[in-house]
Amino acid sequence: MHNKTLTELSHALHLRECSSVELTRYFLERIERYDAHLNSFISVTPEMALAKATAADERLAKNEAEPLTGIPIVYKDIFCTKGIKTSCGSKMLDNFIAPYDATVVEKCQAAGMVMLGKTNMDEFAMGSSNENSFYGAVKNPWDTKAVPGGSSGGSTAAVAARLTPVATGTDTGGSIRQPAALCGVTGLKPTYGQVSRYGMIAFASSLDQGGPIGHSAEEVALLLNVMAGFDERDSTSLDHPQEDYTTYLNESLKGLKIGLPKEYFGEGLDVGVAKVLDAAIKELEQAGATLHEIHLPQTHLAVPVYYIIAPAECSSNLSRYDGVRFGHRCENPTDLMDLYKRSRGEGFGGEVKRRIMIGTYALSAGYYDAYYLKAGQIRRLISNDFSQAFKQVDVIVGPTSPTPPFNLGEKVNDPVTMYLSDIYTIPANLAGLPALSIPAGFVNQRPVGLQLIGNYLSEARLLNVAHQYQQRTDWHKSVPPNFA
Amino acid sequence: MSLPKEEVEKIAHLARISLSVQDIPLYTRHLSDILDFVEQMKSVDTTGITPMAHPLDALARLRADVVSETNLCSHFQTIAPQVEAGLYLVPKVIE
Repeated sequence: MHNKTLTELSHALHLRECSSVELTRYFLERIERYDAHLNSFISVTPEMALAKATAADERLAKNEAEPLTGIPIVYKDIFCTKGIKTSCGSKMLDNFIAPYDATVVEKCQAAGMVMLGKTNMDEFAMGSSNENSFYGAVKNPWDTKAVPGGSSGGSTAAVAARLTPVATGTDTGGSIRQPAALCGVTGLKPTYGQVSRYGMIAFASSLDQGGPIGHSAEEVALLLNVMAGFDERDSTSLDHPQEDYTTYLNESLKGLKIGLPKEYFGEGLDVGVAKVLDAAIKELEQAGATLHEIHLPQTHLAVPVYYIIAPAECSSNLSRYDGVRFGHRCENPTDLMDLYKRSRGEGFGGEVKRRIMIGTYALSAGYYDAYYLKAGQIRRLISNDFSQAFKQVDVIVGPTSPTPPFNLGEKVNDPVTMYLSDIYTIPANLAGLPALSIPAGFVNQRPVGLQLIGNYLSEARLLNVAHQYQQRTDWHKSVPPNFA
Repeated sequence: MSLPKEEVEKIAHLARISLSVQDIPLYTRHLSDILDFVEQMKSVDTTGITPMAHPLDALARLRADVVSETNLCSHFQTIAPQVEAGLYLVPKVIE
């Protein structure tokens, strides 16, 4: 059952070959049996899941079902869920029960999807290895000595180990795509504004974007159909007509112009990863695409720019955690300042404190122009590079991550080296472009992802390219041996 | 560049984060490393470039000034650390 595609599961439910209750029980049992090896969940919600599955079965019986009615799903623990703990991977929110649902959760529920639980993540979505969670590191299903990537590593590990058919994630600097690559699954960061940020705990608001994670482009397209859409409660939500992202999946790639940025294939790219990418690119060429070398000359500046903009926005967003209205409060504060400082000092982990402090510094008097303003200017140059590139090509192809999954503990003591894991994913966030990662092979039995970046609102085209690749290859069907 | 210890303490104070004395050297090293790393931005000539605050230069939308939310105060206060008579309690600020 766990190796069936989303479309197959949907058909089985609609044809009453199985019920949503059966399907839900099946995946809950897999979580029970396997998650101790992975730590991919923060909360599992069996009673609520079975109640929702029963309701989905009634809807299916009345022929009032939508394509994903009755399908189990897990949410990254950054999406607020009414009545269920939403921790964001932090001690600060270990006792936080959200008073409302995120729009994404509301939409998935309205479609009849069944929440199995909430997945582990780097604290406040800050991290590239999932080692920054208050609830402990997540392990990579392909090799439990390796990291799953981050920050949506719980979601990608759960999808890879077939503990859920699909999951949601969020991507601020690569947090859907990098863990998708490292876990061998498919993950999409939509155009900024496509998926509502309402009820999605804020990290860096001008970069944060929710998105779908599944095994294939087709699954991701089906889930995006549910997740995307205008929301008046998100002030930067894009107001444009609803699309069916499966429409172009089967179109041929004949005549597709693929851009290969020289800067994405140079120094810093692992040799094994480069080999895997070569083969994947040849496959796309054989499918009818033409290859063009392009330049994104400011690529090397993306990580430094990001590590000013994201911390600056985070230092502002995370100022709300003050120990007064919700979240962690220190014991016996002597005065108000002591309450603020110790509640935050105790509630936040090391990486979150580092980023808040960098942001505070960059925004403080005398430094604003040199750091925040400068970063904003270079951000525009990076975005302009993409606009130029998309005058010549339809889609940009490159690596998702410069290396295969690294070992747990390997980079924890060196923040800057860890930050460079996101060198190829950050530019799309800065520019607000859609991008996805698909499984493209292995290096030493550890997965490698191929990244596709498209122009604004070109999700359907990106999913078409990914789907055509997945028609010719079966990397996305590989199951980690210990979870088969 | 290496940030002086006093500077790290000042940033922590501005950020309202208590740091233990033994943690300060590690934060000093990490923050200095990060600031060194972002230093490469300075080599770029950005004269006349308008900073980009948002992708697609998104602007916050305006809405009609009508009541759209109900008062959920008591509901929100069920998850507060300390409340009394509808108020959030904190240590005394004014004697």
